[in-house]
Amino acid sequence: MLSKRIIPCLDVRDGRTTKGIKFRNNVDIGDPVAMARLYYEAGADELVFYDITASSDRRNIMIDVVRRVAAEILIPFSVGGGIRNLNDMRDVLLAGAEKVSVNSAAILDPALITAGAQAFGSQCIVLGMDVKGVPPSLTTPSGYEMVIHGGRTPMGIDALWWAQEAVRLGAGEICLNSIDADGTQAGYELTLTRMISEAVPIPVIASGGAGAPEHLHQVLAQGRADAALIASMVHFGAYTIKGIKDYLAQRGIPVRLVW
Amino acid sequence: MIVIIDYQAGNLTSVVRSLKALGVEGTVTQDPAVVAQATRVIFPGVGAAGKAMATLRELGLDQALRRSLARGIPILGICLGAQVILARSEENDTACLGLLPGRTLTLPRTEGLKIPHMGWNRVRFLSEHRVFKGLPEGAEYYFVHSYYPAPAQTAMVLGVTDHGIEFPSAIGWRNLVATQFHPEKSGRFGLQILENFLVWDGSDAE
Repeated sequence: MLSKRIIPCLDVRDGRTTKGIKFRNNVDIGDPVAMARLYYEAGADELVFYDITASSDRRNIMIDVVRRVAAEILIPFSVGGGIRNLNDMRDVLLAGAEKVSVNSAAILDPALITAGAQAFGSQCIVLGMDVKGVPPSLTTPSGYEMVIHGGRTPMGIDALWWAQEAVRLGAGEICLNSIDADGTQAGYELTLTRMISEAVPIPVIASGGAGAPEHLHQVLAQGRADAALIASMVHFGAYTIKGIKDYLAQRGIPVRLVW
Repeated sequence: MIVIIDYQAGNLTSVVRSLKALGVEGTVTQDPAVVAQATRVIFPGVGAAGKAMATLRELGLDQALRRSLARGIPILGICLGAQVILARSEENDTACLGLLPGRTLTLPRTEGLKIPHMGWNRVRFLSEHRVFKGLPEGAEYYFVHSYYPAPAQTAMVLGVTDHGIEFPSAIGWRNLVATQFHPEKSGRFGLQILENFLVWDGSDAE
């Protein structure tokens, strides 16, 4: 049986791992390459890196991080943040990432998903979705709207429609982030996760809100997610990946326990 | 010389990197003349069977692989490389290499299960093959695929995995062995498989 994946997420700014709440108040929490190695040895099933480097002229710092991470770990990892075109995708894939995640750029230019899937294969193309709950309307009948710029810019696009459209365009996986839950450590957005996961044939990674092992249990069971992204709860040492996996295994969630 | 066959089907950096982790330099090539010099061949790949077969034929690598099999050198297929070694694929209804009899089939859609089969899953090994030695009970391997290899003879199925159905995830015959999963992305147990392959003489796959 396919295991549910537990995926630590590292936000990287100018070559250092950082963590903020709702994209603000970032603090430096370490070297991403050393952290990648530690999480690999601690039983992470996959890693996600988000490049939140402010200026595009410092992109090469991230490529160097990707190359050094690739030399340290033998599990898949994806890279997102600032991926705007095929060249950006090629750079991170050739540096050793398994997958690239596109978010704002795919909303502004949906053809980028298809171009990426044709050039590198669907399995490489993760659609990152930043989603905010809204009152249902004609443009957002599901009650969830796509947002960009860390939640500051609503796009008037329905999240459920966009997820299904992205599958049609060639996305191989969805990383679904709730802007409302992100950074709260109060639990994932279960209604949103279940709605999207049941509507698409491809795997869905739940993101935003993880603060305790029961949150992962909720999102993997009730939320029907295929994988769960975690950050603060392991970055600051409150929980270990092993502890989280043991908790899930005891409650019947299939997880990888030998590594 | 350990040759990694490059037929423009996906990224080979992780295969090269994991060999490096074992202290071995792999030679990445598209040249059949280089494949002819190989003492060992790794045949990776992701992507679609139709395009892969077209590229293999165009580069003359289809013949190079057949000659490698006939020469008796150890060959390791990975992912798409475990599929196009069979005679046919349902993907793009493609005639394939036919190094092993059988077909590549579509993973059936099952209620509640996602396709592609993406992530970590177990392999139940059915035979004592030297390439799959030293792997603990409960070890899992990384998969990303929507099709699976179905050799014509059950003796060619070396391991099986469950995703809605039980499908062959490790196959082989004589000097050929192939995995639907990615040993190069499967942590230290994947690395163990690669290490086993590097010392295997190709003789006891039966």
